[in-house]
Amino acid sequence: MKELEYPFDSEYILKKSKKLKRELLEKGIPRLKKKIAVLGGSTTHDIVRMLELFLLDQGIEPEFYESEYGQYFQEAMFANAELSSFAPDIIFLHTSNRNITAYPQVGDSREQIEALLDSQYEHFAAVWDKLGETYHCPIIQNNFEYPFYRLLGNKDASDIHGRIRFITKINERFYNYAESHENFYINDINYMAAAYGLDKWSDPFYWHMYKYCMCMQAIPEFAFNLSNIIKAVFGKNKKALVLDLDNTLWGGVVGDDGAENLEIGQETSLGQVYSEFQSYIKAQKEIGIMLNVNSKNEEVNALAGLNHPEGILKPEDFILIKANWEPKSINIEAIASELNVLPDSLVFVDDNPAEREIVRAHVPGVAVPDIRTPEQYIHVLDRSGFFEVTGLSEDDRKRNDMYKANILREKQQAGFADYAEYLRSLKMHATIKPFEPMYMSRIAQLTNKSNQFNLTTKRYTQSEIEQTAKSPEYIDLYGKLEDKFGDNGIVSVVIGKKDAEVVHIDLWIMSCRVLKRDMEYAMMDCLVRECRKEGLSRIRGYYYPTAKNQMVSNFYELQGFHKIEEDTAGNTIWEYEIPDNYENKNKVIDV
Amino acid sequence: MSREEVFDTLNEVFRDVFDDESIMVNEATTSDDIEDWDSLEHINLIAAVEQEFGVKFTMGQVVTMKNVGEMADIIMSQI
Repeated sequence: MKELEYPFDSEYILKKSKKLKRELLEKGIPRLKKKIAVLGGSTTHDIVRMLELFLLDQGIEPEFYESEYGQYFQEAMFANAELSSFAPDIIFLHTSNRNITAYPQVGDSREQIEALLDSQYEHFAAVWDKLGETYHCPIIQNNFEYPFYRLLGNKDASDIHGRIRFITKINERFYNYAESHENFYINDINYMAAAYGLDKWSDPFYWHMYKYCMCMQAIPEFAFNLSNIIKAVFGKNKKALVLDLDNTLWGGVVGDDGAENLEIGQETSLGQVYSEFQSYIKAQKEIGIMLNVNSKNEEVNALAGLNHPEGILKPEDFILIKANWEPKSINIEAIASELNVLPDSLVFVDDNPAEREIVRAHVPGVAVPDIRTPEQYIHVLDRSGFFEVTGLSEDDRKRNDMYKANILREKQQAGFADYAEYLRSLKMHATIKPFEPMYMSRIAQLTNKSNQFNLTTKRYTQSEIEQTAKSPEYIDLYGKLEDKFGDNGIVSVVIGKKDAEVVHIDLWIMSCRVLKRDMEYAMMDCLVRECRKEGLSRIRGYYYPTAKNQMVSNFYELQGFHKIEEDTAGNTIWEYEIPDNYENKNKVIDV
Repeated sequence: MSREEVFDTLNEVFRDVFDDESIMVNEATTSDDIEDWDSLEHINLIAAVEQEFGVKFTMGQVVTMKNVGEMADIIMSQI
């Protein structure tokens, strides 16, 4: 919804929140249902109200549990039947520097201050440990914002007795905890307060009047920033940038002005702005964002622009370059389908409002930020949080290479008469094994990201994946696929629950980047092997249709299952009796 | 701005905040008269009124304000 996209009008959103909520719900688009517990150290009412709007807009339908005012510690640390029965999918701890109960005094020794730091930190660490072991769900914790006054003036930042110094040290402890705990995320309100303006953010009026730790007008930005972490945890991040060229990646029009006359590089101020923007985009690639071009240009001119000696982005940084005279909406649909992602995984960046409007109108789901003027491009993209990082996996960093290898494979395919011959030529090698500790984060990520090749669309947090792996009641398999063009990483996951001689398939997913490679047959073969090992004779599969998983509606049929049940909603149940003479279905991948 | 105009604008703000087009406020309106107007919604209402008129209430004013008439008094003294 336009009103909720960054940069937004916070006061409008605060005032019109009821109407906006009504309109979001009327849209009736499919949303992930998630239960969010908000444990507060200050008032949380409007925080929840704003968070709900932004989450609905990001495709998540939240149900909230709100602690009693200021009771975050008590509700976390002691038996809490209400919270237990709520069974949160994620817990947010909304604390601020108003919840620091003691600061160093000017006469304190270094040792006393260290002890004070320990006790303030341990109060919070105890809460996280307790919540982690009780609820096994991700936790989001605010760091601390700077206080609104400085007793020691500038020295407050450098003297061990200063509050600024003290808060800096506690925050550092929080980050250490975050580094060593995978399901723990810091909501950086210290940055948000600075970006908003600390004086306005921490206006004491709102604390003394209403016990809000920040001013009312800052709540939408706060909630939006928080919603970005939540949507990222639940797999709703964007995956790729689709960039215009002229006046977006450089100043000027390459077809008219010639590549040598473009504004890029250190010669002019505007050239510097575009260089900084190109560096920013290049850095996105390093964190796993796929880069693509969608430009109205002759391809030869587009490439000439991208080969500008002062340019930072080069043609090889992009996966797909669509430089032609087609409508941009057509190009963007082609990009989505060639990358095997849905349009709602794309962010379209174009300086021209008319082009943005065409894409917005014709390709629903694509994020189309109003990027304003060149010097503001980075700010708008960055604060929009499209690619909020919750963890950097090896796969993220290699993603661009993997997709480029994919495009190469497709080119090769054209040269083979027989598809099986082509598959054999890929020299594929799969590793299919029960879950292993080093892959838990990627497995959880895949369960949240896969929408199309996903039979049940069941989502798992990392701790649930870890629980599943530990439990003897489940058969769990991950599949990793390599070929002569590169390593695809972990691309498939199957989880089955054992029940007497039957195994019920709770989850069967595969990344679309390895469609039509027979990887699903290799997974089936291994599943059968595991079943036999455990003395299970039947496999029961479930297909629950969603807006996105049509492609696997007859998956079990293709695997040789027969349908035993179908309801009016189209949910189907399938069964497979493992024959004594089971013959491996996969003949092209070496497992 | 006349007192009448202040009330017209206040009506708009109340309708937006409570998402109810039927609301009509007058001098004597209090939180008892509007169903959704509780202490939590009050915070949002005050912020919306401040923004609409470009005024800022002090803590003392917010604490002592008894009805919409008194709210209008404070607004008129500041614009």
